[in-house]
Amino acid sequence: MKINISFILNGKPTQLETDSDRRVVDLLREDLGLTGTKEACGAGECGACTILVNGESRLSCLMRAGQLAGQTILTIEGLAGGQGLHPVQRAFVTQGAVQCGFCTPGLILGSIDLLRRNPRPNREEIREGLSGNLCRCTGYQKIVDAVETVAASPRGEE
Amino acid sequence: MQDIKAEQKIEKDDFSCRFDAPGKVTGAEKYAADLYGPELVWAGVKRAGAVHARLRGIDCREAEKLFGILKILTHQDIRGANRQGVVQKDQPVLVDDKVRYPGDAVALVLAENREALGRALELIRIDLDPLPGIFDLEAALAPGAPRIHESHPEGNVLLKGQLVRGAVRDSFSRCAAVAEFCFQTPYQEHAYLETEAGWAQGNPDGSLTLAVSTQTPFRDCWEIAEALGLDREAIRLIVPPCGGAFGGKDGITVQSLLALGALHSRGRPVKMWWEREESFWAGCKRHPTRLQYRLGADAAGRFQALEARLYYDTGPYDHLGGAVMALGLEHAGGPYRIPNIDLQAWAVYTNNPLSGPFRGFGVPQVNAALEQTIDILARELHLSPLEIRRRNAVAAGDQNAAGVTLTASTRLQECLAALQAQPLWTGREAWKAAAGPFKQRGIGLTCVMHGQGYGPVIPDVAAAKIELTGLGRFRIYCGVVDMGQGNHHTFLQIAGEILNQPPAKLEFVRPDTRETLPGGSASASRTTYTFGRALIDAARELKQNIIEKAAELFGALELEEVILTPGAVRHVPTGWKIPLARMAAELAPEDGRAVCSFQAPTAPDRPTADPALQLHGIPHLIFSYGVHLAAVEVDTLTGAVEVRKYLAVSDCGRIVNPGIFEQQIQGAVVQGLGFALTEEFRAEKGKILTGDLATYILPTALDLPDMESLPVDSHEPSGPLGLKGGGEIGIDGPLPAVANALMDACGIRLPQNPFTAERVLRALREKEG
Repeated sequence: MKINISFILNGKPTQLETDSDRRVVDLLREDLGLTGTKEACGAGECGACTILVNGESRLSCLMRAGQLAGQTILTIEGLAGGQGLHPVQRAFVTQGAVQCGFCTPGLILGSIDLLRRNPRPNREEIREGLSGNLCRCTGYQKIVDAVETVAASPRGEE
Repeated sequence: MQDIKAEQKIEKDDFSCRFDAPGKVTGAEKYAADLYGPELVWAGVKRAGAVHARLRGIDCREAEKLFGILKILTHQDIRGANRQGVVQKDQPVLVDDKVRYPGDAVALVLAENREALGRALELIRIDLDPLPGIFDLEAALAPGAPRIHESHPEGNVLLKGQLVRGAVRDSFSRCAAVAEFCFQTPYQEHAYLETEAGWAQGNPDGSLTLAVSTQTPFRDCWEIAEALGLDREAIRLIVPPCGGAFGGKDGITVQSLLALGALHSRGRPVKMWWEREESFWAGCKRHPTRLQYRLGADAAGRFQALEARLYYDTGPYDHLGGAVMALGLEHAGGPYRIPNIDLQAWAVYTNNPLSGPFRGFGVPQVNAALEQTIDILARELHLSPLEIRRRNAVAAGDQNAAGVTLTASTRLQECLAALQAQPLWTGREAWKAAAGPFKQRGIGLTCVMHGQGYGPVIPDVAAAKIELTGLGRFRIYCGVVDMGQGNHHTFLQIAGEILNQPPAKLEFVRPDTRETLPGGSASASRTTYTFGRALIDAARELKQNIIEKAAELFGALELEEVILTPGAVRHVPTGWKIPLARMAAELAPEDGRAVCSFQAPTAPDRPTADPALQLHGIPHLIFSYGVHLAAVEVDTLTGAVEVRKYLAVSDCGRIVNPGIFEQQIQGAVVQGLGFALTEEFRAEKGKILTGDLATYILPTALDLPDMESLPVDSHEPSGPLGLKGGGEIGIDGPLPAVANALMDACGIRLPQNPFTAERVLRALREKEG
């Protein structure tokens, strides 16, 4: 069934017509060209397709288009503002938390949600907070380092 | 399709941050899986579903009637050999005679969208004559066993090999202690986050352009051309940033199917992107093995004799399985002096899932068995695990167990000495004693060794090209893939160091068979070594051209008066400068670029006269080394094993970029810990029991300790800036280190990995009797 939905996408009011049961990951990637949102399992197991819905991390492979209506959506493309990289993005770069990078957008958005809920997590809390996002390259250590760096910075979660 | 050549802005002016990271953290980077385009055609594969059967027919009539189906292709639409493979070309693009495993591709569907594609795949009927399936090694090797490849002269033995030296039987009879051990390892799934993906389009001139997530762009073109009967020159293959590979994309996945699709899509772009489940049941995995070891030492703990029988289940096709087995055979005796050996290995065809290259390439399996056998022997001789290794570890000039004389850098003894001084080792008894109630702790050690390159027969060659652009920047053309490991950044750094340029003055062109030169596969721990050497020569040549021309322009008396500075050349005595952009205009076109090729040296030894083993890579010349320590805690109530600390001491030559080296060690160790603790890909008579990420358990951030990586001071004289391979060695250690720690903690040694809570608990109960 076609529906007309309005939502805020990366800060911009967005209106579009789509199938109500279209997966959000497909809508973002195929219809809107936002391929920074990755898909790696399609079953909610890996976290690669994480987006922020009203600031909370959600798996876009398990969401249908209808669920976007009226929400504020942030994908990885909307994160870096005019001032350059978001502190979490910057920390992933400087701490060497990126290898192949396919899990990276999901992990960055998941980290931002974690820091929103807990601005000063310790390493154990970071590990637990990110345990829904799989990474096959890094062994997670440098990802934990990156989030820890942000948590320890005077700017906090920003 | 957008331009997927890399030309990236780097924000820091040194090489501490990977140049590809900004594009990856912003989502701007386009992977093969991210390519779509207007009028896109979705391609998908109908897979056989049966384990072993003769193909009688394929009925696509119902599927073809569906709305949204453009074309369904079968083997009858293939004009070439319809065979793929690197050594044995034994795998069909689309099945034409026999099905050999459920993941075999039978038909290719081209559809307007994924929904139609999915419905069509369900409607295709395959008519098969079932054949008896072969699921275990005994059945495959039994006399009169049904043959999986009728034309293969050795029956179900893909490749067999033997390394023999000295007099093993006599030697065992004189040993003071002999240890015997059998160990079995299961399939391990690569589980790269980006599943097999690619994009292809036919061009008006009849040529094809592909963008694929692969480790081997140039070899892929040869394979596609031969399989489909195309002109190799008419295929252009581009490799966008790759979302992980670990060996699983060393060998054809989507390439020939995509090319076939593009031949029939009337100029429309074709996309194929396997779903996770498809990647699991059709993609290759680490070879399951069965390993039998017997090791003897004299009273002083010096190894005298080693006998090993190594069986690799290669599944339905070669898929580099012979080479994997050969590397395992060469590494079966590890980095030790053992004068008498009898090592025999078999790679065996079965109807189990497809085995293939996976980081470590046959070595993690044999090392697991060897290093556990060494611990068993140490216990009998009342030697510490460190001491027995110290007494037997190779040094430069020694022959290793396989009979290779170690003429390259060999710093294993230094690794052992470094470990001996580490708090994790010196404080081990106190740490173990501090285990809480119902917990037992243990420390396990293992040595690791990993050869790099292709061995003595296949030339390990790469060519590098570098040019000075009109904007005064240096552009590096690289035909070797970076599947996440960061070798591209290291190349940028190497060029930057030679040319004295910051990252902002460098550009990078990623592998593209039309733009870049052949560089060989991104495998075998070879890329930074081999391409790095070619790049150094090219950068030096270009630098020389620039300096010479500048000296002429400056009227310099000596070339030494002219130096390269960021963005310019400077005449030191006068301080005059010429911007590099102007130098680009001054240089003759042929002097504004340099192309150099490098072929890696090979070992002078021939530990085997068997040409097949030599072809498959025995022996290697340059090895990296290390020693790993795992500190493990076992919950005696649940059997749960937790690795609390991990230390990897490595000799990988000089460390050019410490951050990237650490990434490689940490990532490899964690894949190895996954193999040790949870990862087991299971199939029973073709039925897959671990078909997704809910049932195949990968380590998460919560399951792992912080790891410590300690490189020892080392320098490989033949290596670029003194380095040698470091991409694989980290995965050779975790399984034996954890196994030995488990024994140290609670006195159990399991016959197979992974060491799940269930298995550990059962072993604990059996031990208690």
